[in-house]
Amino acid sequence: MNLAQLPQQLLNGIFAGSIYALFALGYTLVFGVLDILNLAHAAIFMLGAMVSWWLVSAQGWNLIPAFAAAFVVCGLLGILLDRVAFLRLRRRGAGHLSPLISSIGMSLIFVGMARLLFNPDRKQFPFSTFPQVYYDIGTVRIRLLDVVILLVSLALMVGLNWLVRSTITGKCMRAIAENPRAAALLGVDIEKVIMQTFFIASALGGAAGVLYGLSLNSIEPTMGNQVELKGLAIIILGGMGSIPGAAIAGFLIGMVEVLSVAFGRSELRDAFVFAALFLVLLLRPQGIFGRTLSRAG
Amino acid sequence: MQALVDFYTANSFLINLIGINAMLALSIYMTLSCAMLSLSNAASMAVGAYTAALLTMRTGWGLWPAALAGAVVAGLVALLLGLPILRLRGVFLAIATIGFGEVVRIVIVNTEALGGSEGFRLNTGQTTVTAGLWEIYAALAVLMYFFARLKGSRMGLALEAIREDESAARTMGINVTLYKVAAYVIGACIAAVAGALYAHTRSFLSPGDFGFTRAVDILVFAVVGGTFAWRGAIAGAFVMTILSEVLRLVPPIAGVYVKDYPEIFSGLVLLLIILFLPNGLLSAALHVRLPLVSLWRPDTGTGAGAQKGEVAPDPRLLEPDGAELASPSGSAKD
Repeated sequence: MNLAQLPQQLLNGIFAGSIYALFALGYTLVFGVLDILNLAHAAIFMLGAMVSWWLVSAQGWNLIPAFAAAFVVCGLLGILLDRVAFLRLRRRGAGHLSPLISSIGMSLIFVGMARLLFNPDRKQFPFSTFPQVYYDIGTVRIRLLDVVILLVSLALMVGLNWLVRSTITGKCMRAIAENPRAAALLGVDIEKVIMQTFFIASALGGAAGVLYGLSLNSIEPTMGNQVELKGLAIIILGGMGSIPGAAIAGFLIGMVEVLSVAFGRSELRDAFVFAALFLVLLLRPQGIFGRTLSRAG
Repeated sequence: MQALVDFYTANSFLINLIGINAMLALSIYMTLSCAMLSLSNAASMAVGAYTAALLTMRTGWGLWPAALAGAVVAGLVALLLGLPILRLRGVFLAIATIGFGEVVRIVIVNTEALGGSEGFRLNTGQTTVTAGLWEIYAALAVLMYFFARLKGSRMGLALEAIREDESAARTMGINVTLYKVAAYVIGACIAAVAGALYAHTRSFLSPGDFGFTRAVDILVFAVVGGTFAWRGAIAGAFVMTILSEVLRLVPPIAGVYVKDYPEIFSGLVLLLIILFLPNGLLSAALHVRLPLVSLWRPDTGTGAGAQKGEVAPDPRLLEPDGAELASPSGSAKD
């Protein structure tokens, strides 16, 4: 283990962790409100990166409007996902297995469509998409891009937390999380709130995809696989359905990954993530923070 | 007879694949039959395939001892994974099995003795052990006998009770965790035997053969056939294996070959079945009165089962209509 590189590695862990946390928030929001594990979330993450790449490199858009467009497109795809894959099952009162399976189906369709529309090859943003600025502080080198990514992720996380805690929409979401039937009786428009939930969750997933694509500058239809397991580990670590838990666990998983790199076994980093996941399941299945959406705030 | 032999020689690849896929479908049926979604069957298949291939290639074991050893290894791994996780809610199993599948792939890719990402060559040894029609269908027949006996047995009834309502089953004194772990481990062993046989039908194993795509394919077999009777799983494997071969023949539409996008096809099939035919093709077969189809119909009181005096089972399983399965939505938040 190379100690001289530790500060740099920890910093990299924070930068990567912020993207993972943002990505995992979409899982945890949908799980917290609807009790559905949405396995198509990683595909939406990939589509966010794809859409922004296409707008920037093929349509000549600026990065900021492309980011906003990917955010909205992914939000709308989230609503589409809910209408196609979950609405019918919800009406039928299907068990917990069926939505899991139908979300796998949607995920395959999304990935296949991305291969069909954007080709399966690896894509890169044009060199001029973002200024290549570096700061050297002691032994540590910081990329301006990473700082911006961290700030954007944090802003979106804080925004989500505010939305869930302090707005009527957020109150309705928490009411549904607590008890959908009672919420409906008290006048909550369930379907509208579910649509809002899917829009927000998927838009955040898409935003995470854009940031991840920018950070690694590598975008391909299978990129969702690279974060899926980490996202799932994060929501378990943070407590299924807990928003602050997922945010903090995101950074922890970023650190776990960095540790595997520090031990010189970067090819095993997903095994490290799984080991962390397994340990939490073994010792503290309710998650380290163990507070669900329905009980938050 | 000669015609049959010729037919087999011409289609041996497909016929063997159907048998192996049927075993894989049964392996996931085992867990689905008590409302658990396991996505690690492809990983267990890999454990079985690599263990058996190592034993036959390096130590000269025969096919069956090697396949059994593969099943034992896969079963032990499943036991280690399942014991802590199956006490928890169903989604945890789905998540843990996705992770487990990824870890198996990482281990294979990083282990030189297993050929790493380059793949493992089976025909380098002096003795060549192969699996063919007889071995595959003998194993399948044994499995079919097992599932036929399981139905109505103590364990079969316990699994059905768990699927219908886990907390009610627990209240009735059924050791829910024990039966869930047993179902998960048996499923892993079946997948490992299928993997061992699969390995010996080919000359080359690659870690990519056992990835998430394979796990989803296995899920598709069981879901398409219907998860409320083991015959559904076999029917699903049969239909989907042949369909995916037929897809290769579809001419290009606007320059796009359907066979190049198998994931869209699998995804659509999965989605349509879950949305519109939640109990699979077999539930549709309940309403069809054709001699061949009715043979495969699950016993519904008028079928073969009733004549033997069995109690007619309820043919609505993945989803009892209108009712929730294991988690009534209000109390599901822990």
